[in-house]
Amino acid sequence: MSGLTRNCVARVIIQQLFNGLALGMAYALIAVGYSLVFGILRLINFSHGSIYAFSAHMALLFIGMQFGVIPAIAMSIVLTGLLGVIIDKTALEPLRKKNSIPMAALITTIGMSNIIQNLLMIFFNTERKPFPAFFDFGMIKLGNLQINSTQVVMCIVSLALLILLTLIINKTKLGLSMRATEQNAKAASLMGINTNFIISFTFFMGGASAAIAGALISGYYQIVYPGMGFMVGLKAFAAAVLGGIGVLYGSVVGGLVVGVSESFAATFIGSSYRDSIAFIILILVLILRPTGLFGKKDIKKV
Amino acid sequence: MDKNKSKRNNFIFILESFIEKFKIPIIVICAAVLLGIPFMGFSQYLMRIIIMIGIYSMLALGLNLLTGYTGQVSLGHAGFYAIGAYTSALLSLKLGFSFFPAAIGGVLAASICGLLLGLPTLRLKGTYLSIVTLGFGEIVKMVLTNWDKVTNGTLGLKNIPRPVIFGIKLTLANNGLYYMMLALVAIVTVVCVLIIRSKIGRALISIKEDEFAATMMGIKTTKYKILAFVISAAITGLAGAFYSTVIGFIEPNSFTFDVSTLIISVVILGGMGTIRGMFLGALILIAFPEAFRFLMDYRFVVYGLVLVFMMRFRPQGILGWKSQMPYKLPKAVRQQLEKLKTEGVKAQ
Repeated sequence: MSGLTRNCVARVIIQQLFNGLALGMAYALIAVGYSLVFGILRLINFSHGSIYAFSAHMALLFIGMQFGVIPAIAMSIVLTGLLGVIIDKTALEPLRKKNSIPMAALITTIGMSNIIQNLLMIFFNTERKPFPAFFDFGMIKLGNLQINSTQVVMCIVSLALLILLTLIINKTKLGLSMRATEQNAKAASLMGINTNFIISFTFFMGGASAAIAGALISGYYQIVYPGMGFMVGLKAFAAAVLGGIGVLYGSVVGGLVVGVSESFAATFIGSSYRDSIAFIILILVLILRPTGLFGKKDIKKV
Repeated sequence: MDKNKSKRNNFIFILESFIEKFKIPIIVICAAVLLGIPFMGFSQYLMRIIIMIGIYSMLALGLNLLTGYTGQVSLGHAGFYAIGAYTSALLSLKLGFSFFPAAIGGVLAASICGLLLGLPTLRLKGTYLSIVTLGFGEIVKMVLTNWDKVTNGTLGLKNIPRPVIFGIKLTLANNGLYYMMLALVAIVTVVCVLIIRSKIGRALISIKEDEFAATMMGIKTTKYKILAFVISAAITGLAGAFYSTVIGFIEPNSFTFDVSTLIISVVILGGMGTIRGMFLGALILIAFPEAFRFLMDYRFVVYGLVLVFMMRFRPQGILGWKSQMPYKLPKAVRQQLEKLKTEGVKAQ
């Protein structure tokens, strides 16, 4: 009897572990968006959660127009990336030109987040809409364990994209310019790098990865609503901070920790507390080690 | 450009010296108008909106002390607001306290939380601090939602008693709540003005301008930042206590992140670091959705636009000009200076 329950508990734990890993990888994709922007502008992009919600709604809209799932998601990725660029060009670039205080940019992104989220509410209603489970291939059997294939797909897609992002940043010329801008924007522009283009490109990449995460998470929960970005955005932010904001692999580790602890909290403490675990992690990290696990010490320019 | 600027400054100078000259008549007229509003025959619905404007003025004054004067952006003031409202409502519902002791309880609870939230300022600056405050606001909401036994969960608290003074129950109908709102706003305003003109206020402003320089001048920045948090939380808690008794019903969803953004919008629209701006900001942002009912759905879009456009074109806010009047030294400092002068004359 006790052996049976122990077996049961072990199975639940492993199930939740996979659950958390899949979610965590998706969070990592969103966290990368925070990290990229923070690295270059030393700005926390509060509108990132709304950008993510926007992407899910765009995907839903295009799927509704019978474009097919994959083209619809591709279009939503491009559109969401462009939204990031628009936010930067219309609201943030003028502030940079004016050399205004850091707080101004922060408040601008909060305002942008408000605008996007509420426009979504007006055009798509506040109700929860079904989203097709487009990558559900049934259960995968592994010994006497059953793993949902959606989770495996989420893990693999996110991992592939994160590797791609790392390659872009570390191996291409564009990535070199990004790193140069991150270290010293002024010196980079003196070396002939178009920093404004690089910043816009960073916003595009952040938006695109948020869109992919949006498609994955919406397909996983099969639900879409305008307020979805707020919580997920905060969790991804917690992940970014935990790993050390501005460090890409840190975001991955942070995302996994947040995802796994969230799914464990949901099973063992109660599902109503699943959202608070991210905040507790966030506040503990900020108080104990504000630079995060892998963060560099020299972050003073906040 | 330069000429234009000096012209504008002159206009402000003329305005300020005009206000300075006719200080007493202006105050008398304002007081008369404010006291006379109930006799203008507004409906109860309108009076409720006017009271809400008062509550948001208080909230903005509280946040302004922290954001406008000390430069610490808080995104979790809805949390203090909720703590004030829930504590005072629970004290009066479960323990039968009358409004004033209950409100004091709410203020105390909010200040203690302000102290706890102020402690991370030891290590955190700028955006990181804002994030902690945001997390605080969300955690408060989550506790209120999940702690069913005490807070009644998502159903909220109903039938919160109205305040009673000298056996008279203050209601919307007999305008008691309106006068109480006036009194509370007046007290909060006076407290804010006194704090800003005192040594504490000067320390807070110096922290906002340059924290490093302030430390060099011997100001204990941590102490003052925590103090700013505590005072700000106390004022917000008072506003919350009053809100709970005015509306008579509170639930966790009355204190969402949107409320925190709304308070910040009020502060920014009116003008950070000014007292006068808070009233105008609250008036505009609270009256706006009521005046433009057809734009009701777009209310939060407009709040967002306010934030974006103000930051872009007028980050100091509508009424946020720098005073052109000569700086008045505080009385104690002036007396000391004079004493030094006379002593100097004697020594010669």
